[in-house]
Amino acid sequence: MAKQAVSFNLNGKAVDVLVEPRELLIHTLRENLNLTGAHIGCESSHCGACTVDIDGESVKSCTLLTVQAAGSEVKSVEGLTNADGLHVVQQAFKDEHGLQCGFCTPGMLMRTYRFLQENPNPSDEEIRWGMSGNLCRCTGYQNIIEAVKTAAKNLQQA
Amino acid sequence: MDTAADKQEREDALGGVGCSRKRKEDARFIQGKGNYTDDIKLPGMLFADMVRSPYAHARIKSINKEKALALPGVHAVITAEDLKPLNLHWMPTLAGDVQAVLADEKVHFQYQEVALVVADDRYIAADAIELVEVEYEELPVLVDPHKAMLDDAPILREDLVGKMQGTHSTRVHDNHIFNWQAGEKEATDRVFDSADVTVSQDMLYHRVHPCPLETCGCVASMDKINGKLTVYLTSQAPHVVRTVVSMLSGLPESSVRVVSPDIGGGFGNKVGIYPGYVASIVASIVLGVPVKWVEDRMENLSSTAFARDYHMRGELAADSNGIIKGLRVNVLADHGAFDACADPSKFPAGFMHICTGSYDIPVAHLNVDGVYTNKAPGGVSYRCSFRVTEAVYVIERTMDVLAQKLGIDKAEIRRRNFVKKEQFPYKTCLGFELDSGDYHTGLEKVLDAVDYPALRKEQEEKRAKGELMGIGLVTFTEVVGAGPSKSCDILGVGMFDSAEIRIHPTGSAIARMGTITQGQGHQTTYAQIIATELGLSSEEISIEEGDTDTAPYGLGTYGSRSTPVGGAATAVAARKIKAKAKKIAAHLLEVSEDDLEWEVDRFKVKGVPGQEKTMKDIAWAAYNNVPEGMEPGLEAVDYYDPPNFTFPFGIYLCVVDIDKDTGVTDIRRFYALDDCGTRINPMIIDGQIHGGLTEGYAVAMGQELPYDEQGNLSGNTLMDYFLPTFVETPKWETDYTVTPSPHHPIGAKGVAESPHVGSIPTFTSAIVDAFAHLDVTHMDMPHNAFRVWKKVKSLGLLDN
Repeated sequence: MAKQAVSFNLNGKAVDVLVEPRELLIHTLRENLNLTGAHIGCESSHCGACTVDIDGESVKSCTLLTVQAAGSEVKSVEGLTNADGLHVVQQAFKDEHGLQCGFCTPGMLMRTYRFLQENPNPSDEEIRWGMSGNLCRCTGYQNIIEAVKTAAKNLQQA
Repeated sequence: MDTAADKQEREDALGGVGCSRKRKEDARFIQGKGNYTDDIKLPGMLFADMVRSPYAHARIKSINKEKALALPGVHAVITAEDLKPLNLHWMPTLAGDVQAVLADEKVHFQYQEVALVVADDRYIAADAIELVEVEYEELPVLVDPHKAMLDDAPILREDLVGKMQGTHSTRVHDNHIFNWQAGEKEATDRVFDSADVTVSQDMLYHRVHPCPLETCGCVASMDKINGKLTVYLTSQAPHVVRTVVSMLSGLPESSVRVVSPDIGGGFGNKVGIYPGYVASIVASIVLGVPVKWVEDRMENLSSTAFARDYHMRGELAADSNGIIKGLRVNVLADHGAFDACADPSKFPAGFMHICTGSYDIPVAHLNVDGVYTNKAPGGVSYRCSFRVTEAVYVIERTMDVLAQKLGIDKAEIRRRNFVKKEQFPYKTCLGFELDSGDYHTGLEKVLDAVDYPALRKEQEEKRAKGELMGIGLVTFTEVVGAGPSKSCDILGVGMFDSAEIRIHPTGSAIARMGTITQGQGHQTTYAQIIATELGLSSEEISIEEGDTDTAPYGLGTYGSRSTPVGGAATAVAARKIKAKAKKIAAHLLEVSEDDLEWEVDRFKVKGVPGQEKTMKDIAWAAYNNVPEGMEPGLEAVDYYDPPNFTFPFGIYLCVVDIDKDTGVTDIRRFYALDDCGTRINPMIIDGQIHGGLTEGYAVAMGQELPYDEQGNLSGNTLMDYFLPTFVETPKWETDYTVTPSPHHPIGAKGVAESPHVGSIPTFTSAIVDAFAHLDVTHMDMPHNAFRVWKKVKSLGLLDN
């Protein structure tokens, strides 16, 4: 299959990749660009382990073609940490024991990162609905909700 | 300096047992730096994909590989014919049966592995599996286990025809796997014949799947130059995998390295050894390059390790006061096409004989028959010790039925039958010795916390108004920490576990373990045990697991065995180090060992303030100034063979409100009191309990693997298979009591599975309770809205 050149911005840097038109973004990120933070859990958009941020929206990269990301701003979990260290959201997940096996965590973090921009001061109920596209098998979500609340509080104080 | 405050400060600084230490493993996970099997990329690595059967039972007439092999980028198509010369077309299961690696002449379940395709990348491999042409001749299908042993049932396992002596018992039918019994049949029957009251309840513990978020997979890499095979795989038991791979491949065990990297949840799904692993290893050996195979979600749900599928009857005999006189349990176990349960060898029905529960039952009999059907193999322990969920379910459900029949409150009947605190250690009539417990205290604590009488009053008022409110109560005892090697082994290897601790000269340490974490936080908690035992900061203790080249041999992590067995090994290894450290301290302080006492992080000369050596001082001396005749260094290994299992328990209460018109159940309240003995890290315990309760909620309320009459699996994507989201998942309330295990070095019992085991019957108890005034005694899971609504309708409760 003829490959296509695709350019997009990933975690603040321009990248150019050569992919088959059918290649999924998750595979490009993980196998071509060696960013293995986002994971594959279901290949059907249910679990959210592959969640990245594209042009200001949470996107499940297991069901998006890489060619669809052309010209976009893509942010993955690897882009959360900056020169100052951990992002507030990352720190909150650690502080509130919001992760166990860690497999869903990159997707959870990226959803939280976007959700708290959509709703900076959410109620528990709003968190439950706002995060419901991301599945976790370990935590029962309770501590993730605490982490999202802590992150919201700390982002507002920052 | 030498004050109580100073002592406390030093103790707090250790980050030892009892503190909610933040997790050591989080730093890499929150930065996307986990290292899971599918993250591994080796030079020259190829990708494998599996051709699977569309039929549940069919003869393979031919397999044509030509078109697949002609596709550019395809390197190999491997079938049973290719494996036969290597004698690898069948492999042993952990349950004493054999399983086809790739289907040999016949397929026995839908999605069975038929051929492995190896290609340059996963896209080409996926294209190629479509090009492998397999011609099948359909055979009659056996789906219902109740029909498995009928005279005219289709015979599934032609390889076993006429072999009537099975691994565990005589087989009475070609589709029979085993019969297993515990207790005294005749004595139990006599009790039932003369009892004031008896009850009998049939129940189905339906087929479900552990469904961790990461599927199973491996990267097999045969280094032909050095003759060494390295396999990275998602295994909860890497050492056992190494032994099996060595036995199957003929490679010396020293030439096989198995590495379990980070694991994205296990829950029992990753205990077994799957055809995909074996076929990938063969592919790597044949092709001489690394081969990666990773299941997709449908493959995971369809072919690797289902759980449960126990068709049970629970019967209790009692006097008119509800005092139990006898228990009878009968089970028909659907094991699918191959007996691939992961149980200790001598226990084909796991620890089902813990079905006497928390109760003082004088006599009991348990009968289990396992049968083959045209379904996927498995029967693993989904977040539980071996078949303990099934055992807890049958006794707790039957207790409720008895209470209902006698008109005794379900809390009161439990109170009357509990093993009393002073009866421990208590030998059950089916052969376990419950190490410790205090059930009455836990029960009263929970009933007080929720104001149980008020809830019952409210329920009465609601019933008068025609509303459905239910209160579920379960008081369970688990058996975990397998186990004593005199009774527990897997493939002949005793179920001990191990720890190897090495203290460095500057007083930091590394410990390597035979277990393997999958989210339980071993890197955090084992270090806490060592910190408390040795007086070293947990921040300076690194924990390594999962690499069989470096870790001591262990049986792995499942059945809540890490803390009971691995944690015990850790404490004992640390104590060996401490004993040597004491000799060094005596030498340094020029006193006898008897003159020394331990305080937090140092040995002190009794009665001589200031004369002391910290563990850090001693570590340094261990490398340059030891007593004459002593070896330098400070390290120890312990292989811990537990004297008994541990028996965590819990008291769970659930309040539900059911909407009659939709059948939707609202979990208004769930209160979980757990007693896991000594608590190592309360933060992690709470997290484990939240997770286990959520998995229990999933099983009780929605998960199922449904097969139609042709053996088609009709619920194998996350569209159908229920994983609760943030929205459905209830808010959990946790509580605890502490009854340490008397035989465990630090008194810990294990906790992560209790919430799964205990919560499932609690949900059923609550939902049935909502209908109990209408003489409903039991409803089978899953309690999804449609099924509950059908019950509402059948009872004539709909308003229109």
